[in-house]
Amino acid sequence: MENLLQLKDKNIVVMGVANDRSIAWGIAKSLFEVGANVIFTYRKERSLMKLEKLMAGYEDQEATFIQCDVNSDESIKAAFDTIGAKVGTIHGIVHSVAFANAEDLKNRFLETSRDGYAFAQDTSAYSLIAATKAAHPYMTEGGSIVTMSYLGAERVLEGYNVMGVAKAALEASVRYLAADIGADNIRVNAISAGAIKTLAAKGVPSFNKILNRIEESAPLKRNVTQAEVADMTIVMLSHLSRGVTGETIYIDGGYNIMGI
Amino acid sequence: MATVIERVTKVVVDRLGVDESEVKLEASFRDDLGADSLDVVELVMELEEEFDMQIDDEDAEKIATVGNAVSFIESKIG
Repeated sequence: MENLLQLKDKNIVVMGVANDRSIAWGIAKSLFEVGANVIFTYRKERSLMKLEKLMAGYEDQEATFIQCDVNSDESIKAAFDTIGAKVGTIHGIVHSVAFANAEDLKNRFLETSRDGYAFAQDTSAYSLIAATKAAHPYMTEGGSIVTMSYLGAERVLEGYNVMGVAKAALEASVRYLAADIGADNIRVNAISAGAIKTLAAKGVPSFNKILNRIEESAPLKRNVTQAEVADMTIVMLSHLSRGVTGETIYIDGGYNIMGI
Repeated sequence: MATVIERVTKVVVDRLGVDESEVKLEASFRDDLGADSLDVVELVMELEEEFDMQIDDEDAEKIATVGNAVSFIESKIG
């Protein structure tokens, strides 16, 4: 399996662990299993504390924590320069970062503020472009970048509002980035994860309703797990998916194919 | 079988890293137990899991103290 994946000792940057339920944490756990070297970025001290606590369960695993505020170009550049100086070559990035103001999710979409719109785009979509740009000089052996999206990018989901628009921009950015840096043998793909109860998802009003609805109508008649999304992300980071770029891959028990 | 109070206390101790003696019914998560807004959301998620129930946003907003959590859960599981 190791040979199929070719992730052993590869340097993978994981952005966006907030707690043990984070999709990014699930991915990190799978990366440990396949022997990758994981570099975590975090924004808030709160997340660093959580990360250190989580890593206490993985004493043998070496991990690096680098502060990175995705709303700041200087911070992103400093973070990736630090990572580059430390590990030399970056082989992959997991971008699992998004944010929108609560009122922009709670109110009517019509009420979306100019600032709220810009902030959601900046944090959730532009951050992928900025991180890719900052990592690019260190991705000298090619590599794979994977970002987390959601069905709200292309369908209307109650309460997802401005975040849906940001995810649409994110998925379009994946395609343009893929076309731009494909010649450097760097692949860029999005994982459209089914609804998973994370801290971020809890910020979406009516999230519990969405979970119930999926159980009823998804072909697999259930919601997906953090581990299932993590495993597909491993595939997209690995040698197995070397011919795939610019795609949005659904890990949602098939929910997106259904009409009703 | 542990009582609702005991189970809630355990979740609060695990999540917020506070001492069991601090977890009194009248204790406010934010003011007395040092939780920030994200901690409260995490706590609600843990309670949903522990008691296998869904706590909707409107109800979650009303849960400010340990006592609020216990009475809400007791009213649900009857």
